[in-house]
Amino acid sequence: METYALELIRNGKRIDGRELTQFRDIEIKEGIIENAEGSAYVRMGNTQVIAGIKMGVGTPFPDTPNEGILSVNAEFTPLASPDFESGPPGENAIELARVVDRGIRESKSIEMEKLVIAPGEKVLSVFIDIYIIDNQGNLLDAAALAALSALLNTRIPKLDAEGKIIRGEHEGKLPVVHKPITVSVCKVGDKLFLDPAKEEETILDAKLSIAVMEDEKICAMQKQGSEGIEFDVLEKMVDLAMKKSMELRKLVK
Amino acid sequence: MGKKSDTELIIGGIRIDKRLPDQTREIKMKVGNILSANGSAEVSFGNTTALASVHGPRQLFPRHLQESQTGILRVRYNMAPFSVDERKSPGPDRRSTELSKVIRLALEPAVFLDDYPKVTVDGFVEIIQADGSTRVTGINALSLALATAGIPMKDLVAACSVGKINGTLVVDLNGEEDNNSESDVAVAMIPNRNLVTLLQMDGMLTKEELMHLLDLAKKTCKKIYEMQREALLEKYKGEE
Repeated sequence: METYALELIRNGKRIDGRELTQFRDIEIKEGIIENAEGSAYVRMGNTQVIAGIKMGVGTPFPDTPNEGILSVNAEFTPLASPDFESGPPGENAIELARVVDRGIRESKSIEMEKLVIAPGEKVLSVFIDIYIIDNQGNLLDAAALAALSALLNTRIPKLDAEGKIIRGEHEGKLPVVHKPITVSVCKVGDKLFLDPAKEEETILDAKLSIAVMEDEKICAMQKQGSEGIEFDVLEKMVDLAMKKSMELRKLVK
Repeated sequence: MGKKSDTELIIGGIRIDKRLPDQTREIKMKVGNILSANGSAEVSFGNTTALASVHGPRQLFPRHLQESQTGILRVRYNMAPFSVDERKSPGPDRRSTELSKVIRLALEPAVFLDDYPKVTVDGFVEIIQADGSTRVTGINALSLALATAGIPMKDLVAACSVGKINGTLVVDLNGEEDNNSESDVAVAMIPNRNLVTLLQMDGMLTKEELMHLLDLAKKTCKKIYEMQREALLEKYKGEE
């Protein structure tokens, strides 16, 4: 199966008949978890990811006394793939969470200064938990999309007089002002393609994941894969990600 | 990454440590400094110092980790508790887990392990003093350590950081610049092949700025590569 996928890509074709730069069908469902402050389900082809957002009250970091806290975690649940094992997150789960984190953090997507209750003492924290339900390729793009979609429907929990969260009651929405979109550009030989299916992931030389803003600025990048990328190809990859990000952004409300 | 502050990092075109925008800090390289290892190196960029050693090729256990067709490279990046202002609690954390992975991927394209089925080459990077750009310093050191361990390599891997501070595009960010940068980018290359093996970026850049930074990184990696060659030649020239 893998060599077949490789053979096809070399000829500019895909295992599922797509164009090289075509994504699989994407479905986004928002607010699917009633108990979460925000949530989204993303299906990208047969890849399924859920992002759930819980908010809490915490102490700000000493170097950012006037900002709320953002934390991103990813669980590669054993139900999603025979390759995922239970236990603490492995390096792939940690990398994915950290790359999603950087896209959101660096884009200043959430107005963190609006999450302060008492400067230097008490702030709201935003926990994004990414749950992989079915791994059929391109987890990162699906996870970033799920995280952003979930943030966009996140409600801020109500606090009581002592500053404790009243679960189930909300006041207002989380201030999300930017929509960074992550597009991973894959490379096999001289061919570039997007949204790798699982079989295609095993044969790619390298991958460059790029988080793009509304105004086409770039806020995060991460190179993956075990081969290098020719210096002169980088610009093409950036261009491709920019173009595709506009298309994907339309799917996010 | 880090927090944008109003810190003045560039005054009159000069950086806080008296450098020009495209100037690296003083770079020191030494190879073969750890006798117990098959290969080793120490690389400093200003006050950032990385030690690297390579053990192997050696038998890989447990057996199920073995690859029948090729040897594998494993990498551990770690920061010493005393390497930073506030003591870092020892042991792996999420950051070091990610960095260990990307450092491994930065070096993998340069090593030939096909002749070593079922074995592992273990690379260890210890940051003993941190003042920004630790991952790239670690890559430079580990690349040298692999070479001195006699691991077959296509070429050396050279790495540097570039970024944007106070609106200016710069090379080799120190800790304070890193903490207050508008963007920072880590790049590793096999310079003679124009191959980029590590690329991580965060912050905010236009495409033009990014392309300019990548060019700066390419030039800087070439210089670092020459220094790595020198360091290796220096070690072996008296041994004939």
